[in-house]
Amino acid sequence: MEYIILAINAILVKNILLAEYLGNCPFMGVSKKMDTAVGMGVSVIFVITFATAITWFFHYYFLVAFHLEYLQTIVFILVIAALVQLVEMFLKKLVPPLYKALGIFLPLITTNCAVLGAALLCIRRDFDFVESSIFAFASGVGFSLALVLFSGIRERFEISHIPRALQDTAIALVMAGLMALAFLGFKGVDSSLKALTM
Amino acid sequence: MEKTLTKEFTKGFWEILPPFRLVLGLCPVLAVTKYAENGIGMGLATTFVLLFSNIIISSLKSIIPKKVRIAAYIVIIATFVVIVELLMQAFFFPIYEKLGIFIPLIVVNCIILGRAEAFASKNPIYLSAADGLGVGLGFTLSLFFVGSLREILGYGSFLGMDIMWETFKPFSFMIEAPGAFVCLGLLLAVINLISKK
Repeated sequence: MEYIILAINAILVKNILLAEYLGNCPFMGVSKKMDTAVGMGVSVIFVITFATAITWFFHYYFLVAFHLEYLQTIVFILVIAALVQLVEMFLKKLVPPLYKALGIFLPLITTNCAVLGAALLCIRRDFDFVESSIFAFASGVGFSLALVLFSGIRERFEISHIPRALQDTAIALVMAGLMALAFLGFKGVDSSLKALTM
Repeated sequence: MEKTLTKEFTKGFWEILPPFRLVLGLCPVLAVTKYAENGIGMGLATTFVLLFSNIIISSLKSIIPKKVRIAAYIVIIATFVVIVELLMQAFFFPIYEKLGIFIPLIVVNCIILGRAEAFASKNPIYLSAADGLGVGLGFTLSLFFVGSLREILGYGSFLGMDIMWETFKPFSFMIEAPGAFVCLGLLLAVINLISKK
């Protein structure tokens, strides 16, 4: 039950994009078309889950064991970069159709701050391994959910009249604000879920 | 066009002012601008990393192989981020606490990698340094501006001092996540409006 609360929290209440402010560059960059948004979302779920699980191991069995915590940032980003490369090669060899669909998004994910952010948040909040994995997976799902919903709205912009100054990113940011406002409405879900488990 | 030191330095303040003219590195702009003070801290930390990573990348540009350049840039940037993290922990602890996770996240700030790829990898060291410093200070300025706006409207204070009249009711909307997005979007629209003329 705790795990379900953790997952719902990460997906809806504390959405990584709209409440934690992580991963906004791809959010603005790839949300113009629904299918690219879906591709990016799936790749992020994939990478974020594995990256968090692996960095968790690295942190506790390598960095903490040798008292090298100050190298956290470098090690984490290298692990993520290597993982992304590995996933890319793996998909290319074994699942070519999936590689074709996701290929162009994979290199972009290295610099997606949601991935590094989720890994760092798990360490800072002292999550254990299972919690970290669930948190990362749910964050990925939350990211994709917001991204896909947002791209649906953004496709509508194409056919509407928008003042010139507001075009493109400006209106997208305002729209993201309204979406964040809608997600803020989930705040009550958290406390009612906790009350259920009491 | 001739590339001069002053031109490379000043273009960061308007021509490619991040994050408005160069829509990169949005996360820190949204996340740390609840207070003007945090904005300055984040901006200066980013400037430090940007300046030194630009210098190092520019001086190593002939050594780094083309194929692994992005990985090499990330390692260089990450090194400076760790340095800035340790420095802030030692000398500016309160700000370090407030910025939290966003200090290590400077590594994945697209502005830095963007400048490395678009500028430092093609230009001599002194121009890259000017570019890094200019873009970094421009970023600091934007963060400070967004931070002041949100702090004045959201808390009725500026740099921690109360400046609004007594009956002023702060808009708590401005300090929540939605306010950050809307505020940035509207500012971007204003800047578009000015520059379209």
